[in-house]
Amino acid sequence: MAVVATTETGARPARAGRRPSVPGWVGTVPFFAYVAVFLLLPAGVVIVDALKNSSGGWQFSTITDLGNPLVRGYFIGSIKLCVITSVSGAVFGAILAYAVASGNPDGAVRRMYIAGSGVLAQSGGITLAFAFQALLGPVGLLFHAGWFYDFPWGISLIYAYFQIPLMVLVFMPAIDGLKVQWREASENLGASAWQYWRHVGGPLLAPAFLGSTLLLFANGLSAFATIEAWESQIAYTVPQQISVSLNSEVGLANINVADVLALGMMIMVVILMTGYALLQRRASRWLR
Amino acid sequence: MAKLVAAAKKEGTLNVIALPPTWANYGAIIKDFTAKYGIKVNSANPDGTSQQEVNAIKQENGTAAAPDVVDVGQAVALVNTNLFAPYEVSTWSSIPASQKQANGLWYEDYGGYMAVGYSSKFGTITSLSQLLSPKFKNAVALNGNPTSANAALNGVMMANLAEGGTAASIAKGVAFFHSLKEAGNFSPVSATGASIKAGTTPVVFNWDYLNLPSYVGVPNWKVFVPSNAVLGGYYAQAINKNAPHPAAARLWEEFLYSQAATGGQNLWLQGGARPVEEAAMTSNSTIDSAAAAKLPPVSGTPVFLTQAQNTAAATYLAANWAKAIG
Repeated sequence: MAVVATTETGARPARAGRRPSVPGWVGTVPFFAYVAVFLLLPAGVVIVDALKNSSGGWQFSTITDLGNPLVRGYFIGSIKLCVITSVSGAVFGAILAYAVASGNPDGAVRRMYIAGSGVLAQSGGITLAFAFQALLGPVGLLFHAGWFYDFPWGISLIYAYFQIPLMVLVFMPAIDGLKVQWREASENLGASAWQYWRHVGGPLLAPAFLGSTLLLFANGLSAFATIEAWESQIAYTVPQQISVSLNSEVGLANINVADVLALGMMIMVVILMTGYALLQRRASRWLR
Repeated sequence: MAKLVAAAKKEGTLNVIALPPTWANYGAIIKDFTAKYGIKVNSANPDGTSQQEVNAIKQENGTAAAPDVVDVGQAVALVNTNLFAPYEVSTWSSIPASQKQANGLWYEDYGGYMAVGYSSKFGTITSLSQLLSPKFKNAVALNGNPTSANAALNGVMMANLAEGGTAASIAKGVAFFHSLKEAGNFSPVSATGASIKAGTTPVVFNWDYLNLPSYVGVPNWKVFVPSNAVLGGYYAQAINKNAPHPAAARLWEEFLYSQAATGGQNLWLQGGARPVEEAAMTSNSTIDSAAAAKLPPVSGTPVFLTQAQNTAAATYLAANWAKAIG
């Protein structure tokens, strides 16, 4: 599952009508109703159930499972995977985005890249794992190496397949925001390419770059189907362990533990998204 | 019985869950039931787990979509008896006492033995230790994560018994899979019919009825049951006590436990699973002897895990499986 980047559009000035005007907030009702039903309600249920036991009574001790070394292991696994795939995805994606952006803005190459990235950023799950299985599995068409199944490097290779295109999509607007005049100005003042990137381009893009990296991190964190299809006989990440806690038929199912794990993920996402919002605010000063 | 059939026909529908059409002949069983009684069968989430079945009973309680009947692993049946309605099928006395809950809250239906299925390109396997040889690189797979899937837990337990462990402790089985992993022979890809056909998982630990050449459908597929590690396992039927179609649910059970040539017990047998009334049907000659002859031969005394042994194994796996294989 990928996070879809959204763009902000300015509010259209309201036209004065003769009919009695409907209060402005009415238009936001569908959005907030949607958020309430599909985000706030489930999040609330997760938080409340994380504090309960299987018979419905309050039990705050389940939450201490977050400190259990086994449970910590799933979070460490998730973090390792997300750090590797978000950093490598961000670096390669940014280079690719820059290469594409510096070409003809209306050219076929750019349009192809954007369209391709849009598709690939959403690819993932069983189909992607299967494609890699067919290509790089033990009886794959290309070749197979034992480390493809080693966590986290093997699966990182697969995640790159949707992380890099996502980076291209979310980072491209920032690169487009670099005004060509800034480059010309620094060149007129005798700056080398390195100096331009060190003192002008780099600092301008840094907040957007870091923000996009955080977005990639969150994207990798929630991915489940891909890794579950690639290596399903062991839980390496939190979403996989949530699945075990929900579905175990050997007596280890515990919905409240699943809720506690989900709560841990929610806390991580809140931290990440707060950081993302702060960085975006800083980046938007320059990229208007 | 005639009354039950009439009431069930009036309901017209039966909700079943987690019954893969290729598992133990369920595809044919559902089709035959509909053909015989004209009752429509809604089959939800065919690849679900036993736990998902009871989750569905709880979450869909009171709706018309709730499962009427479930087919669950023993561990799940034992701890969820408060969700089930007691019922004794007419062939109740043919079910061995140790394989049913005395009041009819659940009753085992079919089962089999853990077996190693493998592609004959590896030659003939006669002991599990052969699997550590380099020719089995990335080849050996379980059917899922053993902390989650019953068949996978039993696969590790089978290795445990073959390695000289006892049913009380699964440690030697985990150690065996650790050596497999060290040797580079463990495949983390879960074994499915598709992965076997694709050749991704050429060696599979699974119930024999999911591992038979006739089921797997690939040429040159062989099955091996280690003589010192005969591990049996049965699934159990139970009726949702708030079933939306209570009569159809009971009629379904009657159909499944019927000893007729076209009844559920023989249909399971034709799917390679061992029906729970096998012994009784052998002595009263209602069993499909041609289908029975096709089952892989098993020598040695079979082991059945008790609930305590199952729990001990699951607890050990929860703490040690990730360390051994990760």
